[in-house]
Amino acid sequence: MEWGCHDLTCRRGEAVVLERVTLALRAGEAIVLRGPNGSGKTTLLRTLAGLTPPVAGTVGFGADLVAYGGHADGLKDQLTVSENLRVWADLYGTGRDGAERAAAAYDLAPLAERRAADLSAGQRRRASLARMVATGRPVWLLDEPTVSLDAAQVARFAAAVRAHLEAGGAAVIATHIDLGLGAVREVDVSAFAARRAVAVAHDPFAEAVE
Amino acid sequence: MLTLLHRDLRLALRAGGGFGQALGFYLIVATLVPLGVGPDRATLAPTAPGILWLGALLACLLSLDRVFALDREDGTLDGLVPAPLPLEAAATAKAAAHWLTTALPLVVVAPGLGLLLSLPAQAMPWLAAALLAGTPALSWIGTFGAALTVGLKRGSLLLSLLVLPLYVPTLVFGADAVRRAAQGLDPAQPLLLTAAISLGCVALLPFATAAALRINLR
Amino acid sequence: MSLSDRIWAWANPRKFMALSGAILPWAWGLAALCLGVGLIWGFAFTPDDFRMGSSVKIIYVHVPTAFIAINAWFMMLLASLVWLVRRHHVSALAARAAAPVGLVMTVAALATGAIWGKPMWGTYWAWDPRLTSFLILALFYVGYIALWEAVESPDAAADLTSVLCLVGSVFAVLSRYAAQFWNQGLHQGASLSLDAEENVADVFWQPLVLTLVGFGALFVALVLQRTRTEIRVRRLHSLKARARAEAPA
Repeated sequence: MEWGCHDLTCRRGEAVVLERVTLALRAGEAIVLRGPNGSGKTTLLRTLAGLTPPVAGTVGFGADLVAYGGHADGLKDQLTVSENLRVWADLYGTGRDGAERAAAAYDLAPLAERRAADLSAGQRRRASLARMVATGRPVWLLDEPTVSLDAAQVARFAAAVRAHLEAGGAAVIATHIDLGLGAVREVDVSAFAARRAVAVAHDPFAEAVE
Repeated sequence: MLTLLHRDLRLALRAGGGFGQALGFYLIVATLVPLGVGPDRATLAPTAPGILWLGALLACLLSLDRVFALDREDGTLDGLVPAPLPLEAAATAKAAAHWLTTALPLVVVAPGLGLLLSLPAQAMPWLAAALLAGTPALSWIGTFGAALTVGLKRGSLLLSLLVLPLYVPTLVFGADAVRRAAQGLDPAQPLLLTAAISLGCVALLPFATAAALRINLR
Repeated sequence: MSLSDRIWAWANPRKFMALSGAILPWAWGLAALCLGVGLIWGFAFTPDDFRMGSSVKIIYVHVPTAFIAINAWFMMLLASLVWLVRRHHVSALAARAAAPVGLVMTVAALATGAIWGKPMWGTYWAWDPRLTSFLILALFYVGYIALWEAVESPDAAADLTSVLCLVGSVFAVLSRYAAQFWNQGLHQGASLSLDAEENVADVFWQPLVLTLVGFGALFVALVLQRTRTEIRVRRLHSLKARARAEAPA
């Protein structure tokens, strides 16, 4: 299996920020997105997830292949951890089985009956990352997944990603730290920064109007 | 779709879900109006259908700004877009959840409030019927309004400004059905028109709601 | 280049500015001429109506503003559709520009109607279906304008207001029929139709057509002027954004 995007131009709000983004992603492979704040990592991930339509180019993930984990954790305070995971598993059609696999991958069984509101920030993050497992989708798109995780939990996250890759999945991860995933492809997003000419070409008010 | 509906119902019923607030608001409106206009049956009875409809409409309105705002803040909406469920179906589920948790309880208590406002007894079943027929329109229109304003920081006043004009036909036909019943006339025609508006809203508005959501999630 | 391509080419901001700049003086001129002649003719040189007296002369403002009030919404609907289908920015900006003009025309029609209503019906306001529909139309304009003002991203604002305009149009029509159903009113039928003789006598009719053309030209002129302003605002934003992007970090 091979996925990816070809010659993608991405927009954040009205501004074109990325151009000529071509990524190829094979089953079992992970790409780590690097780049300073504001370089367009989130924009690229949201475009790949189908949340933001690309200005030009093609995204080679069918919408039914990806799972997107953004800054917000997608958990409901009033529901318990297991209920939260079950909702996501049901929404993506993996059912009880998916929710249980998700809880196992992040060792959430001890927290299963805890309401999400009562979790610490790190525990919330784990439950949020477990949603990716619950979706059963092959391509994970993760935006700063390790925020508020301690070293041991980062290792657990890395283990979950490795297991996902070994099972034939793939992942695109935007992060600043070293995840310890072993040999991964690192892509610096700032290499795709849109040139002025491209930004101008997609701005209908770029030329003098009178 | 049922997953989402089930989740929203559970959230509403859990502590802090706000279930019953709209109901309390409706009760207060029905209590305050006689205090304002006087206890005279002769003035209360003719205005009762309008007050009961207006109260239901405002009670629905007040709970709208949380329909999508919470799901957007916590990232649930981002997760819904790649999900196999079409966004139109998600919009339908959200509107249905709003109707079940907010509007349906209003329908149930409305005849009781009708007693407080000296609504003639023969109009009671028609009051319940008209609200039952019309409140889906309120929920579905309101969900559309909520989708339009979901990206805004202080959207709740704007939401009222957008949604209330859209409520006009439902209010007119729905209240007219009750008024006719109270006067001993046949309420069937406005009642059917109310139901027609609701059916139209349920069938078509989710498409507009989903379009607005997609725009706001970009 | 096919004919339709040539027509759509005018949706380019630069070409639109050139075209609208050329039309604008003519539109203003036509508006001034028609309104000047039509209003003076109507107010000073038409006889009083045998039933309504001199109060009838307010139709020279009332009817055209009401006509524009409704048609401005149609224009916005059309412009919104063009934006949604063809993504021409000028179209979205024209819809935005037309809304406040439409609102003012709606309020003017309501105000002149109220002034006329006092001597005729003995009241400034009655919950007549036509009056009610216009009041509701004013609310739709207010909501539409408020949504434009509230959304920061101009493209998202254009998309959202267009969707609102489509949905709102359906509900505006529904409201119109609801108001009719709700209260059969006092208002006379349409003042102008093809068999005009039974509605308004010729002496009133001719200056009325002039003022209608005048208000139409005024609407075109105002919308073009406002669209030009909106285009300049967008151009300014574009320049600022570029300056920000090129500034040394």
